Amino acid sequence: MDFGLNGDQELLAQSARAFLEAEAPPDVIRRLGDDSVGHCADLNAKIARQGWNGILVPEAHGGLGLGMLDATVLLTELGRSLAPSPFLASSVLATTLLSSAASIAQRRHWLPQLATGATIATVAWLEESDRVDPAGVALRARRARDRFRLSGSKLFVLDAHVAHVYLVAARTAAGLGPNGVSLFAIPRDADGLSLTPLEGFDRTRRLFEITFDDVVVERDQRIGREGTAWKHLERMLDVACVAIAAECQGGAERALSMAVEYAKMREQFGRAIGSFQAVKHMAAECFAEIEPSRALVWYAAHAQGAHTREASRAASMAKARLGEVFSRTANTAVQMHGGIGFTWEHDMHFWFKRAKANEALFGSPAFHRERVAALSGW
Amino acid sequence: MNLEFSKDDEKFRRGLRAWLRKHLPKRHDEIDGGEDLNFVGDAQIAAAKSWQRTLYEAGYVAIEWPKEHGGHGASTVRQTILTEELLNHRVPGLIGQLGLQMLGPTLIRCGTTAQRKRFLPKILTAEEIWCQGYSEPGSGSDLASLRTSAEIDGDFFVVNGQKIWTTTAHFADWMFCLVRTDPEARKHEGISYVLIDMKSPGIEVRPLMQMNGQSGFNEVFFTDVRVPRENLVGELHGGWAVANTTLSHERNMLANPMRTQQLMADLLRLAARRNQNGGRVTRNPLLRQKLADLQIKVDMMKYHSWKLLSDEAHGRPAGAAASINKLVTTELNHDICTLALELLGDFGPLMGRSPHAEDRGLWPRDWMFTLGMIIGGGTSQIQKNIIAERVLGLPRGG
Ligand SMILES: Cc1cc2nc3c(=O)[nH]c(=O)nc-3n(C[C@H](O)[C@H](O)[C@H](O)COP(=O)(O)OP(=O)(O)OC[C@H]3O[C@@H](n4cnc5c(N)ncnc54)[C@H](O)[C@@H]3O)c2cc1C
Repeated sequence: MDFGLNGDQELLAQSARAFLEAEAPPDVIRRLGDDSVGHCADLNAKIARQGWNGILVPEAHGGLGLGMLDATVLLTELGRSLAPSPFLASSVLATTLLSSAASIAQRRHWLPQLATGATIATVAWLEESDRVDPAGVALRARRARDRFRLSGSKLFVLDAHVAHVYLVAARTAAGLGPNGVSLFAIPRDADGLSLTPLEGFDRTRRLFEITFDDVVVERDQRIGREGTAWKHLERMLDVACVAIAAECQGGAERALSMAVEYAKMREQFGRAIGSFQAVKHMAAECFAEIEPSRALVWYAAHAQGAHTREASRAASMAKARLGEVFSRTANTAVQMHGGIGFTWEHDMHFWFKRAKANEALFGSPAFHRERVAALSGW
Repeated sequence: MNLEFSKDDEKFRRGLRAWLRKHLPKRHDEIDGGEDLNFVGDAQIAAAKSWQRTLYEAGYVAIEWPKEHGGHGASTVRQTILTEELLNHRVPGLIGQLGLQMLGPTLIRCGTTAQRKRFLPKILTAEEIWCQGYSEPGSGSDLASLRTSAEIDGDFFVVNGQKIWTTTAHFADWMFCLVRTDPEARKHEGISYVLIDMKSPGIEVRPLMQMNGQSGFNEVFFTDVRVPRENLVGELHGGWAVANTTLSHERNMLANPMRTQQLMADLLRLAARRNQNGGRVTRNPLLRQKLADLQIKVDMMKYHSWKLLSDEAHGRPAGAAASINKLVTTELNHDICTLALELLGDFGPLMGRSPHAEDRGLWPRDWMFTLGMIIGGGTSQIQKNIIAERVLGLPRGG
């Protein structure tokens, strides 16, 4: 019985934190936040040199062949720093989807490119209905001889502006159930495809609408077998939940530590505001939520090693819990800063906004609590 | 990350299960004082003592104590397995709990050889039951302001004053007690930790009725009670440090994540069979949300306790783990019971005496008991002060 990170994982956490503190300090986050693109090629080239992009790619395909707990270590640090990076979209979500859905030849083609960071991929799943169940995939891919043609749109696609290729979920058969969902790898520059940025308040992660205007897709762009993609998406949902929960863990730790440092320094009524009990208890309540949550994230990451109901249940638990914990913490952290915390000038709002955006991403806390209830057989 | 138990640990678990199947009394009531440790009547007290002794002789009491003190030097993992199995088999709390979990570890760390020889064996066998004399009418959260005095008179302390909320004092043989030995010193520096024979002349115990109708705790009055000096634990005036060495034991005793899991499992069983307004409770979306929210917190505390176990095994510092546990777990236990009452509707307030009561009235009783645990052992507010000041480093005062 040994619950926790091993020596390598501890080292990875330390080196990732040091790397991101140096390469993605708050002024970089701020600059990228104000920027219209919000992506730093230089930063992501450095991330690639760290080898992070290959963390979930099997060694046979040029990756590090590590597991979700290892990825969680990096995601926690990315959430702590808020470094804008397509790591989640490409190295976690798209990589997970390709690893489970793609044919051997397709894996051999795509995974090595993703592992080096040379190619960035992202998943285009959600639509206007914002449903993360099978009915959420309504976009039709109509067969025209040995090709498919797509018309319609996808929403909430992470980092679509920097991704080279999109893994698009579309219907190849009528109905709204789990059968008939297929996946296609479509390049960003495909004819008839256009991008519109979704103007969200979280400027540290950019989301897009992708519009398909009669986009033609060759048969070999279909990932895996026709009509069978749903189970892979569902599996990816679990991984997404754990990944976002890990980001939230790091983000919450950072938001609280900023607030605590401020409370030690800021004086009112002739003394540090952190000496007021009302302020102390705000901080202590956050800490008492954050500290045990880490174990929930780690367990959920560990559970992904086996594709069981427990993996889904633990993932939803982590997503529901951490989404709320990060939001509450960031909210409290803003309040502990007073007026300065409400300004654009202060960095606090970056974490405040990411928290709310993460809470919504891939299913709200209520959705995931319901999923826990269903998976528990209640 | 490795969530398997070793072969030896699994063997221990199997042995324990087999033993329990054979020896656990069929009727738990005979040995069950409830969570309030309110054992009633000579027959129940005798039965509960004899049960602890049987368990001890089988090698299943205080196994984490060092061998030379009557334990087995067992690992924390094994201790956890033991607790888990006892809970799964619904073994009632041991009558000698306070001695086992609080005084024993204190004597092992701070006691003299003579004290250990004299007291530890009888703690293990439940021949002597202990109570904790810390709180006073004027000193609860601010425990260090306590005023019960102990003046030195030759080889004796002469104790005068009053303790309150003293759980099990009405049948305890001994009390571990904080007294003021130096009224001139600063408040933390004039306190001593003494062991008092409850049969000493000058002690009067008056039971107090708790809100749940149980008489778990008491007032204890001292009038010129003579306590031999050899019953001083640690240094004279050094009692605060002695009390603090084992404070985390108390917090962890009150905040057992396995007990929380059991309570949650009971709640789910209740939910599965209850209807509300003609519909199944487990079909009601709002109640499903509430159940799932609690289940997530319960599981989180389970994994967190695994993490703490492993941290301990690796020698990583526990930090404020005990305070966080106490704060989160006691509130969670109360939330679970509160939801149970919500599911029960008009049946919620029915106590065990009513033939209509669900689960023999356990829910309203525990709903109240769990509120008491938020207060006892340092209130939630006090735990938050500790977390803010000792972990987050926020300035004291205020
Ligand atoms: C069921 C039960 C069993 C118990 N068993 C024992 C026992 O066996 N032996 C024993 O010695 N004691 C026992 N206690 C006593 C327990 O330790 C005290 O009740 C507890 O420490 C609180 O002290 P108090 O009752 O004096 O409340 P107070 O200290 O007066 O607290 C009242 C309120 O003020 C708040 N407060 C006080 N100080 C602060 C502060 N600095 N900051 C913020 N808020 C503050 C508290 O949080 C609380 O909300 C038991 C209590 C209960 C409920």
